[in-house]
Amino acid sequence: MAATITEKIFSRRCAKEISAGDVMMAPIDAAMIHDITGPLAINKFREMNGTAVFDPAKIIMLFDHQVPADSIPAAENQKFMRDFAAEQGILNYDIHEGVCHQVAVEKGRVRPGDIVVGCDSHTCTYGAIGAFATGIGSTDMGFALKYGALHFRVPESLKLTTTGTFQNRVGAKDLILRMIGDLSVDGATYRAVEFTGDTISEMSIPARMTCCNMAIEMGGKAGIVAPDEITRTYCDGRMDDGWLDLAPDEDATYVLEREYDAADLVPQIAAPHNVDNVGDVTQFEGTPVNQVFIGSCTNGRYEDLKEAAEVLNGRKFAPDIRVIIVPASRTEYLKALRAGLIETFVEAGGIVEAPCCGPCMGGAFGLLAPGEVSLSTSNRNFRGRQGSTEAEVYLCSPATAAASAVTGEITDPREVA
Amino acid sequence: MRTWKFGDDIDTDAIIPGRYLTLYDPNELAAHAFEGTRDEFSQEAAEGDIIVAGRNFGCGSSREHAPIAIRGAGVQTVIAVSFARIFYRNCIATGVLPVICPEADTITEDEPIALHFDEGYLTAGERILTVEPVPAFMRKIIDAGGLVEYAKNITEIELCTK
Repeated sequence: MAATITEKIFSRRCAKEISAGDVMMAPIDAAMIHDITGPLAINKFREMNGTAVFDPAKIIMLFDHQVPADSIPAAENQKFMRDFAAEQGILNYDIHEGVCHQVAVEKGRVRPGDIVVGCDSHTCTYGAIGAFATGIGSTDMGFALKYGALHFRVPESLKLTTTGTFQNRVGAKDLILRMIGDLSVDGATYRAVEFTGDTISEMSIPARMTCCNMAIEMGGKAGIVAPDEITRTYCDGRMDDGWLDLAPDEDATYVLEREYDAADLVPQIAAPHNVDNVGDVTQFEGTPVNQVFIGSCTNGRYEDLKEAAEVLNGRKFAPDIRVIIVPASRTEYLKALRAGLIETFVEAGGIVEAPCCGPCMGGAFGLLAPGEVSLSTSNRNFRGRQGSTEAEVYLCSPATAAASAVTGEITDPREVA
Repeated sequence: MRTWKFGDDIDTDAIIPGRYLTLYDPNELAAHAFEGTRDEFSQEAAEGDIIVAGRNFGCGSSREHAPIAIRGAGVQTVIAVSFARIFYRNCIATGVLPVICPEADTITEDEPIALHFDEGYLTAGERILTVEPVPAFMRKIIDAGGLVEYAKNITEIELCTK
């Protein structure tokens, strides 16, 4: 029977034909836990009478939401997880490597064709390399840690096809914001979102990660791109490349199909307080901002920082705003450092923090006061997420963030670079 | 019993703000439930209260703190037009009953609600509204009182590979 990528992954993993709608207990290839949802998952594992995790080598542990620990409870939680890692023989990246989703992929801990769960909603990011990856809660994770398996209902899929070439300073973030704007915040609920078309085929893995990362913002259970030569090159030396032959069958069944022309797309903005409140940047030009955040698991990679630096082009950031730059991982930080990008940002007046989630979740630093406006390359603009419930968060691409950081107001990046 | 009515797209940041995620105790989390969104909830919600909401309740983060905070405040049942996927699963895992009712948004706070989940309906005042059944596997977890209780007693699981 013709199959989607998701159906192929489950069929291969289960060694029998699996279709959307099937419910089964499937083995998992990797499980990710971080400092926010991890302690509760460990507690649940214990409450389930768990004593030894199913396979320490398949557990990805790190701290990224509150690092370095920003409170005594955060420090206690991290100590609790360190102790668990030592007891169970789990490699813990601790606060050293960066944001969970970036680290899981760049360290080769997930592979094409894998079934992966993570205690974070943006676990769907790993679909960029062709893994079926989905966010779960802590109790489900407790079960997964104990049994190495979890119950799944195999989702139906959406097919979002993009063709053509982006305009200058338009890219993956603008595309995914446009798609969320069209489909709404629950347009893909309980479904896998397949991204396809020649625009996606030409995208780098980091750009694909940006798209897959935000599948959850349309309610998706997973976002996924069929592995190809770009995936193979990325995997090379990083991981054994799993199952690359996962291209969906041409007559696979989709519950919804949409087509996009990349050339028609202009920079996009998601206005407060829903991610589907999306419009062209031109609708928002001139909106004053107090803080610009460039980073997060959506847009904190080297190529995002490079794009921002290119738009900045030696100019200074507007003096009366805060510009916070947070690379997504130590590896990406070092790349940016060696390329001179960090110097560029600091000279321009920015604050560069060590790899972590940054202000995205409003956990560690960079919170907003009532009445303040943030422009952010992260993935959520929910009320109160980055501080005061009376503050506003707009979402955009790294190019738009950089252009706006120069002028101090929302600015079309095509006009400044 | 009181009904707490909410609109569409109530996200997990609204249910429990990110700054409280170092907490795990249900009572401590309940003290901050809907803080900044509906401040009286944490003061006034009592055991047996029901939350009624529109579309996409619980969208956003995978944080299980959200259903734990709701349960800690005394709410065992959330009735919504639709739920975000992770939140829906987290409810079942933590012992909150998520009830999908396509007409939930028509229910008002002053209508008495009686849930007949197994029979597939609820009454709101005089009206009878349909509720969706849950898959058999999910039902087993609900009946056990959550995933911990369900998982405690199983020594072997039946994998799809068998």
